[in-house]
Amino acid sequence: MTIKTPNHSPAQSKLSSPLLAGFGITKRFGDLVANQNIDFAIQPGELHAIVGENGAGKSTFIKMVYGLLQPDEGHLEWQGKRVIISNPLQARAMGIGMVFQHFSLFESLTVVENIALALPPDFPKQDLSVLIARKSAEYGIPLHPESVIADLSVGQRQRVEIVRCLLQEPTLLIMDEPTSVLTPQETDQLFDVLHQLAKQGCAVLFISHKLDEVKHLTSRATILRGGVKVAEVETAKTSTRQLAELMVGAKVQGITADKKRKKGRCLYEVRQLSRPAFGPFDVPLKKISLKVHAGEILGIAGIAGNGQSELMSALSGEWRPDQDAMIFTEDTDISRLGPTGRRALDLAFVPEERNGHAAVPSMTLSENALLTGYDEDGVVAKGVIQFDQTLAMARRISKMFDVRQPSDDPLASSLSGGNLQKFVVGREIIKSPKVLIVSQPTWGVDIAAAQFIRNAMADLARQGSAVIMISQDLEEIFEISHSIAVLNEGKLSDVLETSKVTAEHIGLLMGESHDRVSGQTHQNPKRKISQERGAS
Amino acid sequence: MIILQPRKHVSLRLTIAVPVLSVLVTLALGGVIFALLGYNPLQALYEFFIAPLARPDQIGNLFVKACPLIIIGTGLIFCYRANVWNIGAEGQLILGAMGAGWVALSFPEAESRFLILAMAVMAMVGGALWGLIPAILKIRFKTNEILVSLMLTYIAALLVDWVVRGPWRDPMAFGFPLTRTYPDAGLISRMPLPGIGYLGQLHWGVLVAFVVALAGWFYLSRMLGGFQIKLMGDAPRAGKFAGFHQGWVTIMVMMISGALAGLAGMIEVSANIGMLQPHISFGYGFTAIIVAFLARLNPMAAIAAGLVVALAELGGDAAQISMNIPKVVTGIFKGILLFMLLAGETLTRYQIIWIGRSQASTTTAKTKG
Repeated sequence: MTIKTPNHSPAQSKLSSPLLAGFGITKRFGDLVANQNIDFAIQPGELHAIVGENGAGKSTFIKMVYGLLQPDEGHLEWQGKRVIISNPLQARAMGIGMVFQHFSLFESLTVVENIALALPPDFPKQDLSVLIARKSAEYGIPLHPESVIADLSVGQRQRVEIVRCLLQEPTLLIMDEPTSVLTPQETDQLFDVLHQLAKQGCAVLFISHKLDEVKHLTSRATILRGGVKVAEVETAKTSTRQLAELMVGAKVQGITADKKRKKGRCLYEVRQLSRPAFGPFDVPLKKISLKVHAGEILGIAGIAGNGQSELMSALSGEWRPDQDAMIFTEDTDISRLGPTGRRALDLAFVPEERNGHAAVPSMTLSENALLTGYDEDGVVAKGVIQFDQTLAMARRISKMFDVRQPSDDPLASSLSGGNLQKFVVGREIIKSPKVLIVSQPTWGVDIAAAQFIRNAMADLARQGSAVIMISQDLEEIFEISHSIAVLNEGKLSDVLETSKVTAEHIGLLMGESHDRVSGQTHQNPKRKISQERGAS
Repeated sequence: MIILQPRKHVSLRLTIAVPVLSVLVTLALGGVIFALLGYNPLQALYEFFIAPLARPDQIGNLFVKACPLIIIGTGLIFCYRANVWNIGAEGQLILGAMGAGWVALSFPEAESRFLILAMAVMAMVGGALWGLIPAILKIRFKTNEILVSLMLTYIAALLVDWVVRGPWRDPMAFGFPLTRTYPDAGLISRMPLPGIGYLGQLHWGVLVAFVVALAGWFYLSRMLGGFQIKLMGDAPRAGKFAGFHQGWVTIMVMMISGALAGLAGMIEVSANIGMLQPHISFGYGFTAIIVAFLARLNPMAAIAAGLVVALAELGGDAAQISMNIPKVVTGIFKGILLFMLLAGETLTRYQIIWIGRSQASTTTAKTKG
């Protein structure tokens, strides 16, 4: 088996000298060893994945490659020569480009203005528009240089970042979780671009925890776990399941959701809810109806941008219709109640965006516990916050949901994405709400944390609560939900029983009137997996 | 390229050394400027820093000067924490003084202690209402509160000018634009200190300023309302998700800061002037903005910040009077002082990292020993 190569020297494995190699790279943050003695090599033109859970050390490692951090021990070699990359400017000058997970673009400026700002001072900026148009067309990702960023989709914004890197003719392109923000068809387009780049000799370092994508796109993968390189594998010879095992370190366990439960009483109901579009990017909701019962997990599938965030804001009460009798919990009409009023009726919510919506990065975990817990008993007495209570609350959440944190009550921003997500989901589940409504509960979260969160939601349902889970991850929906509805262009399909539906059917519902999508469904590896599961 | 990077660890030595260094740099720079302009630098610096504190009564006066700055600064901290930019405290101060003046002039024969309380309440109502206008316009029409509150300041100044020349003018004032003097019950008396007695013009309003700063600190750091304000400032979406209303928070902070500015206006008039006149504030509403930021948006620190800024103000006056240094020069010197303090404060928390251009274009291939 090709997997067992933990201490394999990367230099031996290839004939030519690698483009970039790391030898014994170690990085510590205080007591935490983020990277320990990592050997690594990537060849020119190679599509190489770095795979690992959140907190496995992926980000630390690429930050050292991009000059944002310096290794404490070990060294890097670039084209066979020993180098110290002291900052990103130097990395870019060497030919290393990086596209971050979160883009840094000015929304009010045009594509060409944004790119001009990011280019080094000595880069010739005459005819930049022409250059951008030519470069983007060359890779089949056409961009209008004069478009304003605010008008572009997330996928198009990512292209701007990619083209910005390409203009500097990189020989190594680092992509940090590039597909987490993309729709399936945008992902396919991105992969075409990356394949083309690799063919032209540009190596691509692809950071991801989506194993099917890793398998689909890359030829080799370096797997990190707990800061240590556990394996370097050829992805073609390794199954997704083997990759997952290497990454998590134990057998991945599928959840055995109790699909044959009895139907309890209806706990949350939406009747004919519509919401107009308030801005140019809003998706109007059209006559949405749904019911969820005690013990039931209702999965709402759909491709991003089909009204998920609009639906979530209506379900949580952040947006309210100006009519009664649209949303009920049991027999109570809650259409006009805001989040506080709905929480008082034992409902709980976890919106999609962790940073600045479900949690405040600049505040501590105990303050973040206060965010949705201030109306709990004893937390606020006569307007005065009882900090011992909020701290106890935060500690309880962290303990029960295995939130790994650097200190007792750290700022939310100091937690990794997966741990913060466990915290915001745990914060709501710990209250044992009657109804839990979550959006993208495992977005950008590593496998172990995702599994943990799904288990917690399944447990909650087993205890008699109802769960509504809006998710783009079909696999996740098939894994734990008892019933499924599909949100497409602001319309919700009928609610179907998971045991009686195939992934293919769901795929068709998601793709309805999205011609491009339905034409490409067969290319999406994720959907294939789901189909297998759905059929079994 | 210059990058400001937050320091991971701020040592106590640095915290103490930096403000001292800031003052020393200010002294050196100021000395050079005074010398270049032909003034004796040592004497000028003495007038600025030592003379205002030379006698005990002057220390009392320093507190009197700091009093409105601390009160207004505390109110502004509420706004700025909520990401609401109230620049119009000066106008809210004037409206507060007018509200209090209306009560005092309506009861010229009053002897009850309740008069001063009623004046304080009306002052706070007046200031709060003046602060409410930009808040409502912001919520309803998405106007910019910076512009609206600033423009309302000029309206307020013209309003007080009009009332003291017109309806409220004292007929016995020989045509001067002044109102009647307030009744004694509407004045704030000097505050005796135990064991010391009266200290300059030190009055009871100073005590109010301390109480306001303390209460403001408690509210912002310990109460749910304060949490709401910080939440709306830091992450409005999370605030909405928590179930708070951005509009209400905007109204609340604008009214709180307006009320406090109004209170400061009432104290200023009742303690120091005793009547309304066209000019009742020396720009306290604007100077307090500096106090709020110098205090790093912490009401407790606003006490110290208010005293520092007051010292610079008094020192500037002293230098103008005793050495005939023009007002613009003392203004420059005050500017240098505040700049140095703010810069020092920033550098305590952040470190500067230089990234040279040469580093960027060449690959430094070094071998690690």
